[in-house]
Amino acid sequence: MLEVKDLSVTYFTEAEAVSAVSGVSLLVAKGETLGVLGESGSGKSTLALALMRLVGYPGKIVKGEIWFKGQDLLKLSEAEMIKIRGARISMIFQDPFTSLNPVYSIGDQIAEAIQLHQQVSRREAWSRAKDMLSLVRLDSRRISDYPHQFSGGMQQRAMIAMALSCRPDLLIADEPTTALDVTIQADILKLLLELQRDLGLSIIYITHNFGIIKEVCRRVLVMYKGRVVEEGETLKVLNDPKDNYTKSLIESLRVLRT
Amino acid sequence: MKRNKLAIFGLLVLGSFVVLAILAPMLAPYDPSEIIENETIPPSLKHLFGTDDLGRDIFSRALYGARISLTVGLVAVTIAVLIGTLFGALAGYYGGLLDSALMRMVDVMLAFPSIFLILAIQVMLTPNIYNVMVVIGLTSWMGVARLVRGEFLRIRELQYVEAARAIGCSDLRIIFRHILPNATGPIIVAGTLGMAGAILTESALSFLGLGVQPPMSSWGNMLMDSQAYMRDAPWMAIIPGILILFTVLSLYFVGEGLREKLNVRG
Repeated sequence: MLEVKDLSVTYFTEAEAVSAVSGVSLLVAKGETLGVLGESGSGKSTLALALMRLVGYPGKIVKGEIWFKGQDLLKLSEAEMIKIRGARISMIFQDPFTSLNPVYSIGDQIAEAIQLHQQVSRREAWSRAKDMLSLVRLDSRRISDYPHQFSGGMQQRAMIAMALSCRPDLLIADEPTTALDVTIQADILKLLLELQRDLGLSIIYITHNFGIIKEVCRRVLVMYKGRVVEEGETLKVLNDPKDNYTKSLIESLRVLRT
Repeated sequence: MKRNKLAIFGLLVLGSFVVLAILAPMLAPYDPSEIIENETIPPSLKHLFGTDDLGRDIFSRALYGARISLTVGLVAVTIAVLIGTLFGALAGYYGGLLDSALMRMVDVMLAFPSIFLILAIQVMLTPNIYNVMVVIGLTSWMGVARLVRGEFLRIRELQYVEAARAIGCSDLRIIFRHILPNATGPIIVAGTLGMAGAILTESALSFLGLGVQPPMSSWGNMLMDSQAYMRDAPWMAIIPGILILFTVLSLYFVGEGLREKLNVRG
């Protein structure tokens, strides 16, 4: 469903050009979860933004193809791309506390996502927003609450509701649980997996946490300094890493555990 | 706490000035431009604030003058805030070349000593109250532009803006629906303080005879009329002076109070 070929993103500063993602290729099938593992600065978040064509100035996608459902996203106009963002490909972010706009109610924000892509009345959008809240196991009576009235876990659930409100094919989750407590993390992960099963969603799960990757992804891609250093089935990569960086990453986990 | 009290004081003063200005036709004992007496009378029961050099009732003139001064201030600052917000929003959101271009325009405008610019424009145009509002508005938006630009630079990096992009919002939608509402606090504070500036500028212009034209009264041209009679009829100067002082001071108090309440830095 999603095939990325040889994607490169470079940040152009006045002094130099820094390559954040270089020559990354990946494949995500329908209903599959692909894990992207990497340390801070490995280019995994830039990769996520690049897939939605949201790399901001001074960054630029310099090379590659992003084939999504038979079309190359990099060849689309910005107007066509806007129709895909949120509708066919959605994204959730690391920090739920700052991902929701403080001046609008939860319902406003979910309804906005719906109304951007579907020709429905405001009333209809709100009623669908309520359904979305129930879907992510939030009390739909709190639809008029503002983000600050929600806990971090609830805010992330609301973000998920917003991201999935137009039933996208692909969800890019950029460290969606990193900022949350461990127990809340588990809840959110469980929710994501359930929704994936129910909606037939493909997920790209970006994290630096090998434990989570093991939990949710059958296949994983390890990134280091903007490159894919290893790719394969999660258990194989974990038990028999080929690349030196992956080896040391796994080794460091063992050290931590003992 | 202390600042809060000052803000409430300011609000009360402004509120009562606004009410008095709106009710001027009902409250004014005389026609503001009619010559009532044939001499200049100090404040008395018959003429609360006395009469001016032509024998017009100063209390009535001050009431009508409040209408002019407050309206000019409000309209001028509205124009300034609209222009400044637009410039600042575009510069801060898009950055790069557009930002440089717009901000250089701001620098150029700031480099003009604006009072002389206003005077020059007013000399060329027929000085009337509408031109005064527009000209003050057009020469005082730069501060707002810089402020709004700063807010946009800060807010555009926040995650909810990224999230708005990720659900498919267009640039315009992000600027006006997602960023601008989060920048209203500083804009309101700047607008309040800016109104004080606009009222002062209007007074200065009218004082120099290039603002509100007689027989219409504004606090500024009442001051101008008083110049020659400072010694013999000091009330002619003191009354509009005090009104301007109180209005401007109140606006500053309210602005500072709002700054604190809305948690605006700087």
